[in-house]
Amino acid sequence: MIEGIFVDGLIFSIMVMGVLISYRILDFPDLTCDGSFATGAAVATMAIVNGWGIPAALLLSFFAGAIAGMVTATIHNRLKVPGLLAGILTMTMLYSINIRILGGRANVPLLRTTTLYTEFPKVFSALGQTGSVLVGTLIIVLVVKEMMDVFFRTDLGISIGALGSNEQMIISMGIDPRRLKVIGIGISNAFIALSGGLLAQYQGFADANLGQGMVVQGLAAIMIGEFLFDSNKISFITLRVVLGAIIYKALMFLGRYYGYYIKLTPSDLKLLTGILVIISLLIAQTRSAASTADARKKALRRNKEKREAETREKENAHVED
Amino acid sequence: MLRIDQVSKVFYPGTVNEKTALEDINLTVSRGDFITVVGSNGSGKSTLFNLISGTYPVTGGKLLIEGKDVTSTPEYRRAFTIGRIFQDPTKGTAAKMSIEDNLITAYSKGMKGLRISLNAEKRELFRKELKQLSMGLEARLKDNVGLLSGGQRQALTLLMTVLSRPKMLLLDEHTAALDPRNAQIVMDLTMQFIDKYELTALMVTHNMQHAIDFGNRLLMMDEGKIILDLSAEEKKSLTVPKLVKLFKSIKKKDYVSDEDLLTE
Repeated sequence: MIEGIFVDGLIFSIMVMGVLISYRILDFPDLTCDGSFATGAAVATMAIVNGWGIPAALLLSFFAGAIAGMVTATIHNRLKVPGLLAGILTMTMLYSINIRILGGRANVPLLRTTTLYTEFPKVFSALGQTGSVLVGTLIIVLVVKEMMDVFFRTDLGISIGALGSNEQMIISMGIDPRRLKVIGIGISNAFIALSGGLLAQYQGFADANLGQGMVVQGLAAIMIGEFLFDSNKISFITLRVVLGAIIYKALMFLGRYYGYYIKLTPSDLKLLTGILVIISLLIAQTRSAASTADARKKALRRNKEKREAETREKENAHVED
Repeated sequence: MLRIDQVSKVFYPGTVNEKTALEDINLTVSRGDFITVVGSNGSGKSTLFNLISGTYPVTGGKLLIEGKDVTSTPEYRRAFTIGRIFQDPTKGTAAKMSIEDNLITAYSKGMKGLRISLNAEKRELFRKELKQLSMGLEARLKDNVGLLSGGQRQALTLLMTVLSRPKMLLLDEHTAALDPRNAQIVMDLTMQFIDKYELTALMVTHNMQHAIDFGNRLLMMDEGKIILDLSAEEKKSLTVPKLVKLFKSIKKKDYVSDEDLLTE
């Protein structure tokens, strides 16, 4: 049970890293995510069902997601429509494409096939069933986290971060912001689809509706993470994402497990997630207002002290005269 | 260095809001020139800068940089030769990133690759460069730029711009949003960098004294035209009252409001 929360949270954290790139690093509200998550699941499932092997399945879902993201960024760049609309367009189109990938069905099971999660207990046989699944997932997440950390320390990664903070600066530095957006949103959705590909193997099926509400869930996890600690270092930011994702899954588990005491049903969880995001935003807002007020008070106090010191100096000068 | 040939700019052409911001501007800037540009609000100074840097396309005319026609070159490509600093100190730096990340982005122009160039050697170089600003920023490489004051951010923007080695600087009232002390510091640094890197510069300013004190040429703009073009020789004897008088005599009208705008 506890192991389930961790594995679920770890797989989910890869998706949240994708959302982190689009929402937090690039400042691009990308809804492609809701479609590309299911695309990743569909591609991985079909690759495994057709016997192409697990590594190919994961690679294909990664690249399928990257293409979906690049389509969104290209729509945004070429047609000069807001990112939000570009994302909705791709997401809507992906729904049909996902069903095509799944061979015209909305749901494809992964029964009696070799998946990552039937392999983990064999590879880490010393750890037992639950331990091996947990360790296997953890290794994948650590690899993805390390990839993120290294990428956002490269010159390209830093310039993508700068684009999210100030587009004019990127233009002034002679970089085409459109190209950076294609790369950034592509990578974002690649991680999201990879997470979908893992989840399909973990839960044993792919579903065309798998991605519904993913964006908001990802945002909730990011915001929970941001309450944990403050940092501008990418390795801490991604660590925050992993922890936030696990805490979010734990909260949702509590809601599902103990929710019936207050008559909550699983269908209420989306409402809960939304409320969680709103509360997080409210707390963040009050916090920043408080710190601004604090800074203002400090500035006033400093000024007062300075004035007092000056008058004192003048008085002293008079005495000396 | 820069040739502006019969350039004009019309906003919202064909609508009721149609406005001619620039009318048949001709200007030749030679290498090493430092030109100050004055004029009241709405006279077209900023539009001229936006056209030179490529933020807006021109409605008519041609723009040449170093003999090459750049009329339809996108802004990010022109940025290889042009470094622009805005009035708003937040426009030149990325607030959510550290000082060192900002500097490494500025260190080389153009599309970046997958190399990690930010190493101990670069940090040492950045510390040395930041020391020139004498603002204590060399000890704060890992601090987010958002934590800096307006003056510090503008000084950092200036340093980033010159580090990226442009050939020409466009200074768009870059000290106007700062307090007098910081404005002085940033202006001193600007002069120091222009000398050191032998830059060609155009500077828009509302400060008439600055316009007279700095540079080797002075342009005055009004209603989308260059109405006055003074050489270094003519500038020597110039004072603020003389300049205002000149403006009035050209306009042949006594604009009370313009006089307010043109004095310090």
